Amino acid sequence: MIGLVNYGMGNIGSLGNALDSLDAPFIYSANPDELGHCQRLILPGVGAFGPAIERIRQLGLDKFLQAWAADGKPLLGICLGMQLLLDTSYEHGAHKGLNLIPGEVRKITGAERDVHMGWNQVDPLGGDPLMPQPGYGYFVHSFHCVPASETAVIGLTDFGGSIAAAIRTDNVMGVQFHPEKSQAYGLALLERYAHGRI
Amino acid sequence: MLTRRIIPCLDVRDGQVVKGVKFQNLVNEGDPVELGARYSDEGADELVFLDISATLEARKNVVDLVTRVAREVFIPFTIGGGLRTVDDLEAVLMAGADKTAINTAALVRPELITEGAHQFGSQCIVLAVDVTRQGDGWQVYSHGGTKPTGREATSWIGEAVDRGAGEILLTSMDADGTQAGVDLEITRQVSELVSVPVIASGGIGRLEHFADALTAGKADAVLAASVFHRSIISIKDVKNYLAGQGIPVRPLGD
Repeated sequence: MIGLVNYGMGNIGSLGNALDSLDAPFIYSANPDELGHCQRLILPGVGAFGPAIERIRQLGLDKFLQAWAADGKPLLGICLGMQLLLDTSYEHGAHKGLNLIPGEVRKITGAERDVHMGWNQVDPLGGDPLMPQPGYGYFVHSFHCVPASETAVIGLTDFGGSIAAAIRTDNVMGVQFHPEKSQAYGLALLERYAHGRI
Repeated sequence: MLTRRIIPCLDVRDGQVVKGVKFQNLVNEGDPVELGARYSDEGADELVFLDISATLEARKNVVDLVTRVAREVFIPFTIGGGLRTVDDLEAVLMAGADKTAINTAALVRPELITEGAHQFGSQCIVLAVDVTRQGDGWQVYSHGGTKPTGREATSWIGEAVDRGAGEILLTSMDADGTQAGVDLEITRQVSELVSVPVIASGGIGRLEHFADALTAGKADAVLAASVFHRSIISIKDVKNYLAGQGIPVRPLGD
């Protein structure tokens, strides 16, 4: 069973639809007791970092997710959910994140647009089992993850320079693009997370 | 490298896809979910559904349409047409739409952009703008292109982006339905004006028009309807042509 952490930031129905198409059983929940019975968790998220981490704290999910990660259980953050895994974000002021992967979330600079929106090539790094072959993911973000350790980056894309498309430290992983909206490529990644040896 | 997006647009009236010339003479062209899924399979990068149903009753069915599309396609899609309030936006976003396109309602009450962007994020708010050339500038029209607003296009678009619009869907009404190519001049002006992506629309009839909109027009994406619905051009043709011109596109099958 996969737990989709439903803390009220954005529509997570698309993720559910994608998991349905993969025959991967899941629940939506913001309740630590319910989520605690799952084998794998997905932390989605759309919107701004500040309100999101605030909401997670209000629901008591920060402590739960930190304990979950410390137990070595798999956690996948998607888009804002990936950024929340880091220790600090500079989106509209400085905010503390979940601190599961050391690193910072910074504004994208150097590209022709402020927002990285659309399909971009994702190149896997280091042969991580979460990552399919190179393919195209659908991105929508104007801040990006900069992990403290380069070895935490398991997928790269290029938007005004190299940016992290996927990160991982042990059982905690994140993807910046939306696999649930990235057609066959995205579904392949979710399939690996849902059913694979990760 | 970020690829340029090719976006089929499906005008939906009373549950059927329709397409007219210059917003007139609408002809039925099929089931929106079926067509949307087919375009997704053929390599469309996104889909836009614009509901042009005349009655409130028919508009309520849009949420069902969104739910069905969300189950069938795993690429982003936008819903527009008749969305007037934050509650309207929420209804289609919660049903599974990735973005909402707003047009007349934003002109009537620009705070809708601000409120929508604040509540759901700018990436959900696509400002659709219908313009027509007037003297040296372009005037914005509302109500499906029927009413002049007196607003100048770049001034309105600039304000909308400041308010939080995350993307601009720019339609030149002069070009729409003519299949003579998008209006490159206003497309370029808008693309250079704003920091958010611009989708060029209106007038696509040949492969070269896609390339022109992306190069001379500097657009981030191109939206087209009738050339796809009538199988004059396939999405595969467009992708192959653009790739041959050195324009980055998402290859088919990825």
